[in-house]
This record gives sequence, structure tokens and C-alpha cells, in this order.
Amino acid sequence: MSALTALTLAQARDGLKRKDFTARELSLAYIKAVEAARPLNAFLKETPERALAMAEESDARLAKGRALPLDGVPIAVKDLFCTEGVETTAGSKILKGFVPPYESTVTANLWRAGACMLGKTNLDEFAMGSSNITSAYGHVESPWRRPGDNRPLVPGGSSGGSAAAVAARAALSAIGTDTGGSIRQPASFCGIVGLKPTYGRCSRWGIVAFASSLDQAGPMTRDVRDAAIMLQAMAGHDPRDSTSADMKAPDFEQAVGQSVKGLKIGIPKEYRIDGMPKEIEALWQRGISWLKDAGATAVEISLPMTRYALATYYIIAPAEASSNLARYDGVRFGLRVPGETLDEMYENTRGAGFGAEVRRRILIGTYVLSAGYYDAYYLKAQKVRTLIARDFDQAFQACDAILTPTAPSAAFAIGEKMDDPIAMYLNDVFTVPVNLAGLPGISVPAGLSGEGLPLGLQVIGRAFDEAMVLRVGSAIESAAKFEAKPQFMAGKA
Amino acid sequence: MTIKGKSGDWEVVVGLEIHAHVTSKAKLFSGASTTFGAPPNTQVSTVDAAFPGMLPVINRFCVEQAVKSGLGLNAQINLTSVFDRKNYFYADLPAGYQISQYSRPIVGKGKIVLDMPDGSPREIGITRLHLEQDAGKSLHDQHPSQTYVDLNRAGVALMEIVSEPDIRSAEEAGAYLKKVRSILRYLGTCDGNMEEGSLRCDCNVSVRKPGGKLGTRCEIKNVNSVRFVMQAIDYEARRQIGVLEEGGKIDQETRLFDAAKGETRPMRSKEESHDYRYFPDPDLLPLVLDKAWVEKLRAGLPELPDAKKARFVKDYKLSPYDAGVLAGEREDAEYFEIVAKSRDPKLASNWVTVELFGVLNKSGKTIADSPVKAQDLGELIDLIADGTLSGRLAKDVFAAMVETGKDAKSIVAAKGLKQVTDAGEIEQAIYAVLAKEPAAIAKYRAGNAKLLGYFVGQVMKATQGKANPAMLNELLKKKLSG
Repeated sequence: MSALTALTLAQARDGLKRKDFTARELSLAYIKAVEAARPLNAFLKETPERALAMAEESDARLAKGRALPLDGVPIAVKDLFCTEGVETTAGSKILKGFVPPYESTVTANLWRAGACMLGKTNLDEFAMGSSNITSAYGHVESPWRRPGDNRPLVPGGSSGGSAAAVAARAALSAIGTDTGGSIRQPASFCGIVGLKPTYGRCSRWGIVAFASSLDQAGPMTRDVRDAAIMLQAMAGHDPRDSTSADMKAPDFEQAVGQSVKGLKIGIPKEYRIDGMPKEIEALWQRGISWLKDAGATAVEISLPMTRYALATYYIIAPAEASSNLARYDGVRFGLRVPGETLDEMYENTRGAGFGAEVRRRILIGTYVLSAGYYDAYYLKAQKVRTLIARDFDQAFQACDAILTPTAPSAAFAIGEKMDDPIAMYLNDVFTVPVNLAGLPGISVPAGLSGEGLPLGLQVIGRAFDEAMVLRVGSAIESAAKFEAKPQFMAGKA
Repeated sequence: MTIKGKSGDWEVVVGLEIHAHVTSKAKLFSGASTTFGAPPNTQVSTVDAAFPGMLPVINRFCVEQAVKSGLGLNAQINLTSVFDRKNYFYADLPAGYQISQYSRPIVGKGKIVLDMPDGSPREIGITRLHLEQDAGKSLHDQHPSQTYVDLNRAGVALMEIVSEPDIRSAEEAGAYLKKVRSILRYLGTCDGNMEEGSLRCDCNVSVRKPGGKLGTRCEIKNVNSVRFVMQAIDYEARRQIGVLEEGGKIDQETRLFDAAKGETRPMRSKEESHDYRYFPDPDLLPLVLDKAWVEKLRAGLPELPDAKKARFVKDYKLSPYDAGVLAGEREDAEYFEIVAKSRDPKLASNWVTVELFGVLNKSGKTIADSPVKAQDLGELIDLIADGTLSGRLAKDVFAAMVETGKDAKSIVAAKGLKQVTDAGEIEQAIYAVLAKEPAAIAKYRAGNAKLLGYFVGQVMKATQGKANPAMLNELLKKKLSG
């Protein structure tokens, strides 16, 4: 493995400043790694020329001693972020060939901070999925394998391409989006750090919408410090997004490594779900003792509405999606399949353009918003959502952060769980409540399963308290000393 | 008002939904321009065209316009309102939903008073006013088999103003529409231009036996003039009465008004079978208004038609009818007040409502492009007051003003139209006329007093109308009796 691709973002940043290597050299190493990672199908589009051009600009600034925070950092972008002049598909056939004439706010912020674009990563179609199986451009394989078992595994989803790329050292870091766990669950499956910020912390402008009240962009990185550095560049108020929070971000990196002594860590009793594997429970207990050893106190808390969270999510998210995806009608951009009448053109286009999971969710969403069903489904779900948020509010009166497993299992093989959407939806059981409440959550790799696959722990914080999440996350990270590497490493020497 | 049917009297029950384009340079949720008549698809942002990842941001000015309109309609301003998505597929609706307000509109209940021709006041309730986006335009006449879409209008801010079903006749509906239009134009929140589609109207019409249960209503969509609204309601009411009296029943349906034939007919059923699946737009936070800001807008409202009419009656001693006519349009009222300034208000009112409006009506112009400026009309009245012009001469001068756009004084000077007030000059003219009319004089002296008018006319003719009428009358009588 190339020494350069082994570095964390923070290490690379410092090395660039010390002129140990140039941004061009770093980008070239990653461009090679991206090529080597092709068997994973993590990238839908590689943009090596762009990465090099950006790296050269970074080198010019570095030479003048005027480095920007992310100068020379090669990153991968989930193909849900619109990137000016670079095809953006959302993993769907319906957007094939769509080249946005604008740049999303979050990616624009990253480029303004000096980051270099390696390419666009694969994802579940319109970010709907937990396995990266629903992409119209083929599934992503995890760089991990169960030792002694060569069956390919899913990287998790929907930000599976980004997670696989970071884990396989084919990107120094990546960005994803998280609507119900789409950053944290693949981070857990791939043994990397994934941070979902508070709803409103990062602008949604220019991100292809799945469920507008839940979608939030966040970083996927090698370690917690890198997540803090990335978030710093991504975050900020955007007047073009009415739901973006008009507040200044604190210094996130400063929170990393701060002592957790005296902190109260909430352990929600309702997260001990039926059928949860023993090793997940054991990992959770280890996490609790690590934090106790570091001086924190564990307190039992109650989040009684947890058991309604999945059902609530699978009403609200499809409802919003059914409306958000109405614009893909073949009239103005993307795929058009002609028909005799306007309605026929719609039917042909949307029938051919959307995959089965997207169609399923559009149908669910349309149903729960329909006259006669709205009150029983959508309205009730909104009420439960309010109660879920209230659960967290009350819990945070007694604790500073909450610790839970990220997902109820390690990665599964491609083909497993595929025929049962409900089993697939269960993947999100620990992550979904956080989106419904709009809170920040991080997944930190904490150990290996019995099968030798990564498992993550999730830290949840109060709204806009990402600093606390990073602080507790880094304490878990230091104690866990997770150093296992995937079997497939793209960034090779 | 009732309509007589074969089975007796019927009462018409009408509620109107007015769609008024908000006067604003930019659209409701994007910065794109709203100028009417630009080439197709030149005023479209990626937000209006619903490109992936684009988000709406509310235009503060449009909110201000809606609040002002609500205040002008004497309505409750809701300090918290919510934008919802109304979902349906159509080629000129790029997002597949229209952002509108459903359960929590920005403006609640209000009322306005109509000025009916017989002078009686008539109060009509306003149910609500909400903000929403307009759709684009489908152009079906550009290609033999395809439809073109122009998105210039997509996203333009509309106010939907819904009345209570308080309207009882086509005439009242017309008066209501005119009154709302007048208020919005006073406020500058909608230009009221019905030809350009800035103001459109849906009419909900039902009929019932007086005092009976409400009948089933039909909605007539997109009627675009006051006259058509009245025609459509009248036609629709009579149609419904006909159906009911034949023993039929009214189907609740959406109908179109065919202006050429003067009739309504049902829309294709497919166009109305929508389940709009309204839900709060997650891209927009609830709209929360500051009470102090609303009060500031209230304090800054211009004088509105009702107040202006009352003031005209009180201060200028105009009849309620004339005051109502002058206060109907802000520009008319402003014009009148310039003319009336330190002049006889009744004379000013007559000249504006009779002479000027007569000319404007004939030429199809509005007061904004009147050939006679208010100041010039005022000066014409001054020339009457100081005796320079008789009423009759003034009309000639006015006609010349309309013709040439010149002011009264220069026309008087150029044409030598100054009134003759010299008694000697008038007497000379009288002598000349009487000398030729011995027979008529004899008849007059024999008791035919009506002939006085004839003599006046002859002398006026001889002086080209310039003789001061009062002096002429007096001198002529003296001569004839002497």
C-alpha cells in the first residue's frame, strides 16, 4: 500500500504543509487507487483530470504558504450531490446523462476549502436502500470479506460507494447523505467513521432530494478527527436552503480527543431489540465500559417511542419521496420514453426509469398521502415523529450523549435478505430515530463480529452538538483501537 | 335577486375564487423575473424548472403584498401559516406539485362592501386568501401533434382569494369582482389586468328555492373578465334551474365557460378526478410573521376605495353615486382630486365623470393615458369660473384639448374663443338678428314665449357661441319687451 493512501486526512494535511509531498502526488496516488478499486464498482464516474487540476491549484497555494483547510485532499462524492459539468445520476436510470449546470452548496464549500474531486460514488437508487443493491448501475461490493468465505458482501447503503471507497483507501474521505442511516450504517459495515450532522447543519441545496425533512449530508472518513475537519468545511448557513440553520459552526476539530470525564452517557433500554445478535449486545457493553473507564457515567434512559420509529420513518420518507420524485417526468431532463399521450409518456418514462425499490416507495408514499388514508398514516406518523423527538429531549435532560449500536448486524452477503424488504428495513432500526428527531449521530468502528466483519457504535447528541458527538466518538475510537483492514485494499504500494 | 322558473322563484348562490397575480419583480420562490410577454422560457430559473436538488426560498416582498391585500380586505392576518404541496402531474407543472397553502393560509376571514347601482351597501364575506405558485403555460397550437411548454409563468406568485357563498346574483358577482380588483389596485398588490391573466376567476354556482337547503354546486373555471363572469353565472344558474325543473339532478362538476357561445359545458371528467395529496412542504418552514411588522404595514396602507368614497361625500359634498364612481379606481380618484383642488368640486366631478369619462369610454382609454391632463382640465374649469368661457364654449375648448393635447388657455387664445361680455357688442349682435326677424318678434310679443330660445340661438350663432349666455338672455329680453 502506498504510504500516501495510508495517511489520514489530518496526517495528509500536515504532510502537505510540511511539503513532505505535493497535492499532485497525493491525488495521483488516489487516482491510481480509484482505478484499482474498479472491481468494487464504488465509483460511477471518475474525474481524474479534475482532481489533478484542483491539486495543482492547491499546490500553488501551498507553495505560497496560503493553504486552505482541505487543500490537496482527494475526496469522493456520493452521486446524489449535483456537480456542475459532471453527470449526476442519483444511481437511477431516469437521470442518466443529466449534467447539472450548478454545484451543490456542500461540494462547493469543499472545493472552496481546497478539496480535490476524485469522482462520483455509487449509491442505492435515489438513496433508497441499505445495501447498495438498488443502484441502476450495479451493486457495490464491500472491500471486506468474511475470512475464509469469498462471497462478496454488501457495503451497506445508501452511501455504499463512498463507504467502500474510503475503506479500500480509494479516497481520503468521502461525503454521503443520511436520510435514515445512509451514512452511519455503511460506515459501520465498512469499518470507517460516518457522521450525520444535525438536520440544518449542512445545506441541502443541490442534493437530489429523497425525503426533504430527513436528508442530511455528512462526512465518511478514516477517523473521527477527519470527520470533524470535513464537517467544518461542509457546514454553514445557506440562504438558498430555507431549512438550513442560521448559526455559526464551532471548531469541531477541537472537540476531538477532549476528555469525557464527568459526562453522562445515556443507554436507551428500548434499543435491546428482540433477536439482536449477542455480539452486538457485547460490543455495546464494551463501549459502555470504555466510556466509564475514561471517566464518564452511564445512565439508563428511556426512549419509549423507539418501537414506532421504523414504521413512522417508512411512512414519512416515502410520502416525501413520492412528491420529490414527481419531477422526473421525462419533460425537461433525463430519460424520456415517448408515448401517444402525455400520460402514456409519463408511464413509459417512469416505468422504465425507476427501479423496483423506488417504485415501491413511490407507491407507499402516494398511498399514505391519499384521501381517506392521510389521517391514519401520514398525519399519525407526523404526530409520532413529534413524540420521538420529545423522547430525546427528555432523555437529554439526564445525559450529554447517547450510546447505541449503529446497526443490528454486520454486513451481509449480496443476495442475503434481498427478497424481504421488511428485513432490509430493519437495518435502520437504530439510526432512523436520529433522523426523525433531526439530531447528530456518528458511527465509529468499535470491533469485529465473530465472522471478522466491522461493527460500529453510534453516539447521538443534542441538536447542533456535533462537538459532543465527536468528543465521545473519539473516546470510543481511542479505546477500541480498531485497526483491522479490509481484505481488498485499492491504495497499494 | 331571484330568477323566475316554471315552478316559481329560485335563488342563485355564488362564491368566487379569484386568482390574482402578485405585483412583484421576482417569483414567489425564485429570483426569476415576472415580466409579462417575454419570449418563451427566458424567465425560468432552475428552481422554477424543478431541477434536481433545487429548493424554494420565499420571496419576502410577495408575503408583504399578501398581508397588505389581507388588510385591505378587512381580514384576519394569520401570524403563522404553512405552505403545502398540491400534487398532480401536468407538463407545465415542473415539480409535479404546486406549492400552495391548504389548511393554514396566510389570511383568514374578512369582508368587503359592494357598491350596488341602487346605492345600497351589500356585505360579502371573504373566507381566506392564500399564496401559491402559478403553473407554466401549455401551448397546443405550435405544432400539429406536440404540445410546447412555456415556463415563464411557472412560479409566479398568486393570491387565491376565496369568497363566502354570500353572492346572490350575477350582478353582485360582477360588483364583487370589481371591488376586489379595485382594492388590490389601490394597494398596488395586483395590477388587475384581466386580459393578461393577472386576475382570473373560478365561479361556484348553485341554485335553491329561496331560504331552502343549498343546492349542488358547479365550478366554472378560469373566467377572465367581469362581463364573462356575469354571463357565465347567469347561464349556469338558468341551466341548473332548467335541469331541476325537468326533474333532473345537478352533478357536482367542473365546467368551462365558452365566451363565443355564451354557455358553460363540462370539462372532460379526467381533468377533474384529482386527489391532490396535500401535505406540508418539507422544504419550507412555517411562515411566521412578526406582529409589529404587520401593524407597520397596516399603518402604511393607502386610503382605500370605501374610505375615499366617504371622504368625497363628506368633504366635496358629492352624491354617493358620483363619489363611488370617482373612488372606484385609484387613478381616477387622484385625477379628480387634482381637478377639484380649490375649485368647485361638483363642477370638477361633472367634468371628470361626464365629459372626460365619456371621451375615454368612447376611445377605450384609461385615465392613465388620458389626452387631457388633470391640471389642464382644472385650468379649463378656472376659465369657466372667471367668466372667460361659457359652459358651451368650454365644451368646444375641451374637444380641442382632447384633439390636440394642448392646454385650455392656448386653445382659447389661438381660436379667439374668449367669451364676449361687452354689453355693447352683444347688443349689436342682437340688433342684427332682430332686424331680420320681424315676424318672429311679432309672434313672441303675441305671447309665444318659447321663441326666446330661438332668438338666443340665432345670436349665439352670430357670435360663434362667444356671447355670455346670461348677459345675452337679459339683454335680449329687454329688447324684445321694449
